[in-house]
Amino acid sequence: MEKVVIINSSYRLKKAKILSTKKLTEKEKFFEIALSDGERIDHEPGQFVMISLLGIGEVPISVCSSPLIRDSFDICVRAVGKVTNSLHKLKRGSEIGIRGPYGKGFPIRMLEGNDLLIIAGGLGLAPLRSLITYVLDSRRDFGRVHILFGCKEPKELLFRDELEQWSERTDLHYACTVDRADADWAGNVGVITTLIPGVDIEPARTFAAIVGPPVMYNFVIKELLNKGIPENQIYLSFERHMKCGNGKCGRCQIQNLYCCQDGPVFNYEKIKNMSEAF
Amino acid sequence: MQYAILRKERFNDFIARLSEIQKLVAPVSKGYNNFAFEEVTTGDEIALKYIPTILPAKKFFLPRRETLLEFNDAKGANAEASVEYEPVTLFGLHTCDLSGIQCLNMVFSERPKDYNYITRKNKIILIGLECNEYCDEYASCHLVNASFPSGGYDLFFTDLGDYYVVHVNTPAGDEIIDKTESFEKAEVYQMNELKNLRDHKRKIFINEVPIDRSRIPELFDLSFSARVWKELEERCLACGNCTNVCPTCYCFDIIDEIGLNMKQGVRYRVWDSCQLEPFAKVAGGINFRKERSARQRHRYYRKFSYPVERFSRFFCTGCGRCTRTCMAGISLKETLNELIKESEDRVWRRWL
Repeated sequence: MEKVVIINSSYRLKKAKILSTKKLTEKEKFFEIALSDGERIDHEPGQFVMISLLGIGEVPISVCSSPLIRDSFDICVRAVGKVTNSLHKLKRGSEIGIRGPYGKGFPIRMLEGNDLLIIAGGLGLAPLRSLITYVLDSRRDFGRVHILFGCKEPKELLFRDELEQWSERTDLHYACTVDRADADWAGNVGVITTLIPGVDIEPARTFAAIVGPPVMYNFVIKELLNKGIPENQIYLSFERHMKCGNGKCGRCQIQNLYCCQDGPVFNYEKIKNMSEAF
Repeated sequence: MQYAILRKERFNDFIARLSEIQKLVAPVSKGYNNFAFEEVTTGDEIALKYIPTILPAKKFFLPRRETLLEFNDAKGANAEASVEYEPVTLFGLHTCDLSGIQCLNMVFSERPKDYNYITRKNKIILIGLECNEYCDEYASCHLVNASFPSGGYDLFFTDLGDYYVVHVNTPAGDEIIDKTESFEKAEVYQMNELKNLRDHKRKIFINEVPIDRSRIPELFDLSFSARVWKELEERCLACGNCTNVCPTCYCFDIIDEIGLNMKQGVRYRVWDSCQLEPFAKVAGGINFRKERSARQRHRYYRKFSYPVERFSRFFCTGCGRCTRTCMAGISLKETLNELIKESEDRVWRRWL
């Protein structure tokens, strides 16, 4: 056997450092990360990176910060498996490996000049935070902006400080609901679809961006179509367990599409009839 | 020299010389009509009449397990990406297996390129061997256009009785002709013999399933909700044998392995199978192909539908391995027959 180093291997890792961490909820933790060589990851909102812990494994995680922040990026990670649980234990200053960014994100250029209806369910707020912070930082380029956020219980609310700020801003409409309230909750109670009928939109010039658990999509999309938003103005992001990110390993395949390369953000019109998608 | 002749009495001499150039692999008999691609040094070891080997030649291009990264300190992200390869000559590949390698080449050369595969591929010499007749009843190579040679080799051998006529397809093939010093120039009568054999083959190799090749994608467009998939579900054991032996199945898992000192380790990839239950599962526990019917359907669509859109070719080579190996007796030809029957039923119903 002979052996050669592959400099341009797509499995090579970029070194990165954890700049800060913050516990957001019982299960979700926030990480601010910078590539060690000063390089930028240069992502689009909606794209994901592979987070690598040597000896443990890799996981695909959405970038949750605005691409306008150039010297670092954020991720929000739920502890569910081996890699994510180990990641939660890492402290500021730890080195991790990064591959990516991968896939197609939200079509920002196409969204500019239009109204936006952004709908997040649970952890779906993480990838959408990348879009929201971008939109708010370039607020002038967009029309009206609506943000609807729903989660199961108040204790699962992510990015509380930012939610607070959004609700106070006059240049956007923000509404939030929980499936089950607790004693301190004074806001809306009910699934996220209950918020949609009350949103005042002009359907023809509104683009919707939705990220949430699969069960949410069917109900939310039905409401959006009821509102009159055209199918090709609805974008959504799919969760799959990508292993390679290069459209090869087959894990994330939805019929003839690879979520890691052709997605994870898809136009609803293009995938609406695909079984295995939802 | 485009065509050369190897007299059969010089075959063993040729193989001995070929094996001196670099490691030589050819089909060998494993008993009970089973064959495998293994290293050989003499012509006697080679099974020249063989049905497709248990595993296809993909094992040399995409090993069952291969290292992607190596690291000495699991803390941090210091890892080296490397590829291990071995220059090897594969002798005796049938057209179905050459076709399988062409499929894999497309997948791994498509951007983002897979340099592990490409590095290894560039070190492999391919020598084909024509099937003058069908290997057995499981083959469906003609249906998928893999019954005749169509590139993808350095040299291609056709047995014409006392001699082989050899198509020289690449400079690497030319080099073998020169180095082994066993070949003669092809005469006109020998080329005519080759033409006669091909004419004869065109009579015996016919579509193994009653459908025009160009209509297969259309058949699959109509068959997503076919009953057939439910029927397969009742028989399929979800063992993954069919994907393991398939020359064009390449799905893999990526796994980290760390030494007992918790420092050194490797990240490797290993063959995986869309037929196994956890393959399309995500963190929340949702499985996007939970039913065995959906997984079997996925396998068939990955052969006859999805790659046609992406690469303009079928990713079935008609080798018949999936059928031969299936413990539940699921037959590719039977499935296609059933799909055709069911789609015809549907057409009739529309008219009635």
